[in-house]
Amino acid sequence: MGKENIRTLFILTICLGIFPFFIRGDYYLSIMIFIGINAITVMGLSLLMGYAGQISLGHAAFLGIGAYCSGVLPVKFGFSIFTAFLCGLFLSAIMAMAIAIPTLKLKGHYLAVATLGFGEIIYIIFNELLEITGGPSGLSGIPSIHFFGYSFKGGVRYFYLVWAIAILLLIFSLNVIHSRIGRALRAVHGSEIAAEAMGVNVSQFKIQVFVLSALYASVAGSLYAHFITFISPPTFGLFVSILLLMMVVIGGGVSIWGALLGAGILTILPEYLRAFKDFDILIYGIILMAILLFMPEGILKGLTVIVKWIKKK
Amino acid sequence: MKKSWIAFLTMVLCTVFISPGWAAHKIGFVASITGPASWLGEPQKNTALMLQEWINAAGGIKGVPIEIMIEDSKGMEADAVLATKKLIEKDHVLVVIGSSTTGESMAMVPICEGAETPMISMAAALSIVTPEDETKRMEASATPWLEVPKKQRHLIFKVAPPDASAVEKIYIYCQAKKINKVAIITVSAGFGVEGRRQLKRLAPKYGIEIVADELYGPRDTDMTVQLTKIKASPAQAVINWSVGPTQVIVTKNWNDLGMRGKIPLIQSHGFGSKSNIKLAAGAAEGVITPLGRVLYAEKVDPKNPQKEVILKYKTEYEKRYKSDVSTFGGHAYDAIMMVVDALKAVGPDKKQIRDYLETKIRNWPGTGGMYNMSPVDHTGFGADGFEMIEVVKGEWEFAK
Amino acid sequence: MTLFSQILQFLFTGLTIGSIYSMVGLGFNIIYNATTVLNLAQGEFVMFGGLIMVFLTAVLKLPLFIGFPLTVIAVTAIGALFERFAIHPLRNASLLTLIIVTIAASILFRGIAMFIWGKDPYSLPPFTPGAPVMIGGAVIMLQTFWVLGTTLAIVVLMTLFFGKTIVGKAMSACSFNPMAASLMGIHVRKMILTSFALSAGLGAVAGIVITPISLMDYDRGPMLAVKGFCAAVLGGLGVGYGAVLGGFIIGILESLTAGLVHSGFKDAVALVILLFILCFKPSGIFGSEEVSKVKKF
Repeated sequence: MGKENIRTLFILTICLGIFPFFIRGDYYLSIMIFIGINAITVMGLSLLMGYAGQISLGHAAFLGIGAYCSGVLPVKFGFSIFTAFLCGLFLSAIMAMAIAIPTLKLKGHYLAVATLGFGEIIYIIFNELLEITGGPSGLSGIPSIHFFGYSFKGGVRYFYLVWAIAILLLIFSLNVIHSRIGRALRAVHGSEIAAEAMGVNVSQFKIQVFVLSALYASVAGSLYAHFITFISPPTFGLFVSILLLMMVVIGGGVSIWGALLGAGILTILPEYLRAFKDFDILIYGIILMAILLFMPEGILKGLTVIVKWIKKK
Repeated sequence: MKKSWIAFLTMVLCTVFISPGWAAHKIGFVASITGPASWLGEPQKNTALMLQEWINAAGGIKGVPIEIMIEDSKGMEADAVLATKKLIEKDHVLVVIGSSTTGESMAMVPICEGAETPMISMAAALSIVTPEDETKRMEASATPWLEVPKKQRHLIFKVAPPDASAVEKIYIYCQAKKINKVAIITVSAGFGVEGRRQLKRLAPKYGIEIVADELYGPRDTDMTVQLTKIKASPAQAVINWSVGPTQVIVTKNWNDLGMRGKIPLIQSHGFGSKSNIKLAAGAAEGVITPLGRVLYAEKVDPKNPQKEVILKYKTEYEKRYKSDVSTFGGHAYDAIMMVVDALKAVGPDKKQIRDYLETKIRNWPGTGGMYNMSPVDHTGFGADGFEMIEVVKGEWEFAK
Repeated sequence: MTLFSQILQFLFTGLTIGSIYSMVGLGFNIIYNATTVLNLAQGEFVMFGGLIMVFLTAVLKLPLFIGFPLTVIAVTAIGALFERFAIHPLRNASLLTLIIVTIAASILFRGIAMFIWGKDPYSLPPFTPGAPVMIGGAVIMLQTFWVLGTTLAIVVLMTLFFGKTIVGKAMSACSFNPMAASLMGIHVRKMILTSFALSAGLGAVAGIVITPISLMDYDRGPMLAVKGFCAAVLGGLGVGYGAVLGGFIIGILESLTAGLVHSGFKDAVALVILLFILCFKPSGIFGSEEVSKVKKF
């Protein structure tokens, strides 16, 4: 996996492990839980965008599929939480394949356009299927997670659950990147024609990565549903899809660590901006523009450059 | 290596927050000030700021000032949840007032219940204060329109009139006018969905038949198509349920299609803002709507026990903010003043405040109506908060 | 009201809203042609057009025929500034970053609009006052004729511009091959700036003519951008008149779906059409396969 990645992973795990002992309070834990959930989705997106070079403009739809399966199936149909979770994964995978197979055979960025359409249609479905999803008023009463009697309701427990899953997925992602598959992906991103010439089945890889990224989002969606216990369609709309994109790009799209950083920053930023009351949207927009203009490769690269520059002096 | 260190140090640094605290009674206030429901949250925020000033200028509560900590939920439940957690945990508020919409309030309920903090929602749905199983029992009954809840959530209250009350007022009016075939046109977002549900549920109670059921999206800019279908139907009146600009567009389209006089337009109580009349540029003449008394406070009978409260609120709000008062801002007024009364009586104790709200808010004049809270009713009032109003020459007049 | 009149009514509604999608789609295409960037802030130009016009006529009390060109100039300036300060510095960045910048700009524009005008919707008086016209049992507002007329005028103007004028032909050249174009002495940078300015102007016109019918508020942009984008893809990304046809098709189909099927699915129409086109002819109605393969997007 690469020594430096292992080292960082280790440090990250330790820090997360001791976090609840240093910073007490449900509020901060909740923020970290949201960061964890976003990080999971963003990891998947980063594999798609950074390594396979494809854009998804409707990824929040997969978040929604995971969340609504985990919500609707137990609440309306009495499924167990785990079964509902698996259904979410299954449905996300099928939908991802349904979009990816026709569009990824083509050259160019048709996937982006298709995901835009897909995202909006899923949103409309969530809104219109009143009897099942509760429509615009949302679905409440989603049960919290319990395994064999141990309940994951409280802040600290959920924090560990989310981040344990996030770390596991992080390890998995890093392994993928450093494997044959990862190298194939980067070849594809670099030049599809060259990769094809080298014997890489480009379409197949692109489809697989897209499905994988959809699965990540589904997991995140399920975790979200069980955490807030109430979901409604706007949480999975175009705005969120774009926010996810921003997290990847602003953090530093080409690296998983960058994506994590992006998730962290864009989740915390609105909380920071609470203090600005009416101006918060304006300042948010300004900060985003500033980051994009001055650090177009993302904050991670940008900070690295700054550190190197300081070191030279 | 360096990359990842930086990545994480930045994250660690980001989680450092500082907060001072002072000796004031802290009241948490969550509203959707920006975002899709900002037409609810903005007047609520304004009201909160105004009331904070009034109360503190009069010496606060036995000399202690109140501090209304206002948070913006942006209309999203994740933000409402975070805001509530922050208020309870970081700011140590005594009560949480909010939020403006049903969805967000539903997400906030488990948090307030978990933190044993009383909550007063400014949203409409009964399900906010009624536990799940009780709601299911009422819905499963043979005559759901006659059911009343027998249990309420211990810590949760609300001040906004349920949509059902507005619908009942409208249907009573229709009965009086011998209208028994109506068309409904509703927005496919929270407010409209709830209204549509109530319109359909209560129709049989008043012998009303719904002959057309049209929908439109919250961002739609033209409803001519839906109204055309309604115009071709046997409807004797059309009821629109939405808030925001879509109400005005429906009114304009209805006017342009020449439906006035043939199929009267009845708007929901969300129509209650003069700016809607102005934006409709004359198209709103003859529109009928059930409105809370605060909007036409001057015309209300002086013997009405609400008169003093609503007149003062309306005059002061309009003077200070140079914009029309709204019933939504009134919800904030009612919630905050209830808490203030509780604080005056029992002081800064969460449990006692909750008990006060449940037992001592009786015949309490608010902007929305006369409140009567009880252990089986945490909403306080019903259809009597509304009057049927007609737009005549651009003004609110009592409908005949 | 007979079925025929109903359908006629739906048709007119569809044409009206379709015109707006067309103009947004045209704006998309112009920028796409010059830069292969998808300007997702296109909807905000429409929004600014409407709101600035409201400011000039309602607050400064300027008459219509002065307010109209002033508004267009103002929004054109916004488009040009946007290109100078946000697009140009990033010209070497990846396509994705550029698209994200347009998204960030859209957020910023909305923040500014909310700051200045608040969240309330605003209206404009119709260009010509008067009662609606009855045609075949359908009711047509006078403003609708203005919308359709303006769209037609724009299409004619754009065709002349791109086909006959030097600047227009230069812009087309840039879109086919920027390197070759610059070798021929075309100042590519200026062309890019012009494309943004032009798109902004188009957006402004759309915003001004539609506000009397459907009001305008700070948040109108994103939905228009999505639908205008669908119109552009439907017609063939990069093909000018394709977007116009695409816009009308989407507008009419939306209207007919809402009228004859179920009004809840209206918004899905544009997107279903989008997916449909992608499955069968991704380059759009007028687009050509080879050209779309060569372009970056």
